[in-house]
Amino acid sequence: MNLLKSIGQYFILLGKVFSLPEKRDVYFKQTINEFILLGINSIGIVAIISLFMGAVITLQTAYNTENPLYPAYLIGLGCRDSIILEFSSTMIALILAGKVGSSIASQIGTMRVTEQIDALEMMGVNTASYLVLPKLIATILFNPLLTLLSIILGIAGGWIAGTATGVITSSNFIYGIQYAFIPYYVFYSLIKTVVFAFIITTVSAYQGYFVDGGSLEVGKASTKAVVFSCVLILLFNVILTQLMLS
Amino acid sequence: MIKVKNISKSFNDQLRLDDVSVSFEPGITNLIIGRSGSGKTVLLKAIIGLLNIDSGEIWYDDIMFSGLNFESKKAIRKEIGMLFQGSALFDYMTVKDNVMFPLNMFTSLSKKEKLHRMNKCLDRVNIQDTDNLYPAELSGGMRKRVGIARAIALNPKYLFCDEPNSGLDPQTAILIDNLIKEITAEFNMTTIVNTHDMNSVMEIGEKVIFISEGKKQWEGTNRDILKSECTQLNDFVFASNLTKKLRP
Ligand SMILES: Nc1ncnc2c1ncn2[C@@H]1O[C@H](COP(=O)(O)OP(=O)(O)O)[C@@H](O)[C@H]1O
Ligand SMILES: [Mg+2]
Repeated sequence: MNLLKSIGQYFILLGKVFSLPEKRDVYFKQTINEFILLGINSIGIVAIISLFMGAVITLQTAYNTENPLYPAYLIGLGCRDSIILEFSSTMIALILAGKVGSSIASQIGTMRVTEQIDALEMMGVNTASYLVLPKLIATILFNPLLTLLSIILGIAGGWIAGTATGVITSSNFIYGIQYAFIPYYVFYSLIKTVVFAFIITTVSAYQGYFVDGGSLEVGKASTKAVVFSCVLILLFNVILTQLMLS
Repeated sequence: MIKVKNISKSFNDQLRLDDVSVSFEPGITNLIIGRSGSGKTVLLKAIIGLLNIDSGEIWYDDIMFSGLNFESKKAIRKEIGMLFQGSALFDYMTVKDNVMFPLNMFTSLSKKEKLHRMNKCLDRVNIQDTDNLYPAELSGGMRKRVGIARAIALNPKYLFCDEPNSGLDPQTAILIDNLIKEITAEFNMTTIVNTHDMNSVMEIGEKVIFISEGKKQWEGTNRDILKSECTQLNDFVFASNLTKKLRP
């Protein structure tokens, strides 16, 4: 019963988010701010995690396929495909759910409990749209760039680790990452990223928007935002994979 | 002039506003007083329409506000300024941007005109040289002042203040109270102030209504409040030893 009510509330909020902005230039400025806050500020963490995970994926693949019959370039291929198909979309989305989701929920939640949302509402601002739409636009446009960055750095990390430890030669690795390359996989990865960005932003905004109480509840909302976003990301990962790759 | 006619409001089957009727005049400070939890904030938010009432009518001059839809309410809300209990300044914006916000959002003034208006409002509340600070860097009293500056940015006909001096020292509190009173007279606004502070009542209570458990119990001015016959009001007014000495 409660779940149904929450789902209903979530969709009503979404409906308000997608109404026409009152003042384009105010929204535009806000969107630029969110690009910086939610996008640019995530580059660092995405870069570090991608480099290291790319390195580990390459080493793991190499150590698990030590077999003379198995051509070495397949290590590069394996590294490329795991990074494109799962790591740079799903894993990065889970990490962004933690970073971006909690920040959205706590920001909006704090605005709720300190009456800043009331203040906006009172002035006649459509708060759902004003608070959520710029974040949604920013994450939907920027997260695919983060995914591409993650793919590039992940593969670079694999190359660095593979050649530095000597498990694969540079030319084998580079041959491997070009071998039987399917561009559609990148498209699939980017589509997933867009859906995940939508989930992270709207679910977290919903959690923040309906906080009732004080700073304790803001903390709880921010935890819930991360948990629900992660579960939904994993669920939609299965659905999208079935839809797009089967 | 704001008129409230027989409004009631309950939350979860508990009556928090019980058949309240009152009118608020322009040019004077109208006070709603009562103990914590008596329903002052609920009444204020009901009058602005942040809470939907269960029954009754709310009139802004000759417009019945409570019967309007969301879009038509917006037009009236542009004439309302509100100072919230915790100031409710946008904490990711500087002082300057906080006051600019309603101007950017709801006017088509030029950049220069907006800056001029912003500076005028900040000057009016005696805020100088803090334009680029963030709310977190201001003292409580300064935050209230900026809150007032933001509330009057659009030159409102109606001004609402929820506990404007909660959390302030007595001297700063009186300054804020008097600022509200002066601005009200200067712009002939209809001003409603929520408070539980007897200092404010004596200082600026040109019209006072006392509510208890969501019911209006008494109405009058700060001159007759000490002589009232209402026992609940007397319990409220003469709660401290100091005020007990004032009892006629
Ligand atoms: N949104 C709400 N939901 C349920 N109860 C509420 C809500 N807002 C206020 N109340 C209750 O209404 C009563 C009056 O509250 P309020 O108007 O905030 O008091 P105060 O006079 O201190 O401003 C309190 O008992 C409060 O718990
Ligand atoms: Mg209150």
